[in-house]
Amino acid sequence: MKDIFRVRRMWRPRSELKKRYDVVIVGGGSHGLATAYYLAKNHGITNVAVLEQSYIGSGAAGRNTTIIRSNYRTPEGAEFYKRSVELYERLSGELDFNLMFSQHGHLTLAHTDSSLRVMQERAEVNQILDIDSRVVYPEEIARLCPQLDLSDTPTWPIMGALYHAPGGIIRHDAVVWGLARGADRAGAELHQNTTVTGIETDGGRVTAVQTNRGRVEADVFISATAGWSTLVCGMAGVRLPITTHILQAFVTEPVKPFLDVIIVSAQMHVYVSQTDRGEFLIGAEIEPYTTYKSTGTFSFLEYSARHVLELFPQLERLKVLRAWTGLCDLSPDYSPILGATELENFHLSAGWGTYGFKAAPIVGTTLAELVASGKTPTLIAPFALERFHSDTLVSELAAAAVSH
Amino acid sequence: MSFLLSCPHCGPRPVDEFRFQGEVTRRPGPDASLRELTDYVYFRDNVAGVQREWWYHRTGCKVWFVAERDTRTNEVLRTEIPSPAGAAAPR
Repeated sequence: MKDIFRVRRMWRPRSELKKRYDVVIVGGGSHGLATAYYLAKNHGITNVAVLEQSYIGSGAAGRNTTIIRSNYRTPEGAEFYKRSVELYERLSGELDFNLMFSQHGHLTLAHTDSSLRVMQERAEVNQILDIDSRVVYPEEIARLCPQLDLSDTPTWPIMGALYHAPGGIIRHDAVVWGLARGADRAGAELHQNTTVTGIETDGGRVTAVQTNRGRVEADVFISATAGWSTLVCGMAGVRLPITTHILQAFVTEPVKPFLDVIIVSAQMHVYVSQTDRGEFLIGAEIEPYTTYKSTGTFSFLEYSARHVLELFPQLERLKVLRAWTGLCDLSPDYSPILGATELENFHLSAGWGTYGFKAAPIVGTTLAELVASGKTPTLIAPFALERFHSDTLVSELAAAAVSH
Repeated sequence: MSFLLSCPHCGPRPVDEFRFQGEVTRRPGPDASLRELTDYVYFRDNVAGVQREWWYHRTGCKVWFVAERDTRTNEVLRTEIPSPAGAAAPR
């Protein structure tokens, strides 16, 4: 009985870095941890170190707006995220840790004819891939979300929406902790406060990384460092088509359950959901200029609040509880950059912009497969870094730029 | 906090008045290879430090200018209207 009061560590603290591992993963966020977890689970590779410059989940993994969905526009993107949602659906049981995933549906609002047309296209791509996604009109929106202002009072009245029933929200910290615990139990080492300061290469291969805690060799290296990808990959001489921007979000004070679906409006640059704690979680688009300074802006709070009130005038008196920012690594086509680089044993998960968290489990499984087999899985082949040199981009601008 | 940007014509103004147009890149010459062209179009230095970048005073005097800004602090060190043959001339 007294066992329930015992403090149990989620993962073991590690004192020294070993001189050599099979795999070194730079970045202790959801992608790095998922890769370590699936390397052990699916391929039995456990001599793995995850190096995190701050604490586990301190970056984008702990700062995102927790929305999981798969209604993307390109067949490549939609298929990829479909697999991710399927993995997320099973992850609580698999990790024996409650991730509080609630799939209450996701509505992307259309306020113009042209956005309705794009949504028709998305719905058709989705349906061909067996993703539950369809265009709905105000009558049905009123049943799905009676709280919304569907009158012609708002600046941009609602004409329709893309309805994605499996879309939902999850507890992001729990995803990080569950994956970290799973990786740790399988034998991977998690090293926090370990900053990579240099990468040694020799003859088209990475041989070692230098850190503030010493030098580490490995057979394979993976960078999963989001907003810092340009800097980390730059140490290895790998140039990226990425710019770093801040994305901001805020939550209101908690109130009684009011909203179960997720509401997104690209037109109004806003998305809103209510967390299990009762807070309204509101996010917007990235700041247009590149920056590494994680400080929020008042103009973001001002316009996001205004736009949310156009959709939900009832929230008028809610107070803002806290706001934060995270660094995003934007790619030119709003699709990720995933898999091999020009260096033989240096792999990459980057270019996620504002939607990397949705992909954590599928990134983990596919990167682990790449490490174990040495071959790029077909699911992620379209997302190779090389696509920018062959000019075969995968444009998700319409489905990823603001629509969370 | 957002920050102020000093327009060469109008002086210090809030950043929301401007449009950011990315780091200053150099267009490859006419006999560039495909790889040099794709590198120019898509790949970026994305420095954490002082960056030379294009801005446009969207809601003001409509001037295009170049700023030097530290991307770690958002401190704008200087702004200037580049000479026509200057900032982005072909290599």
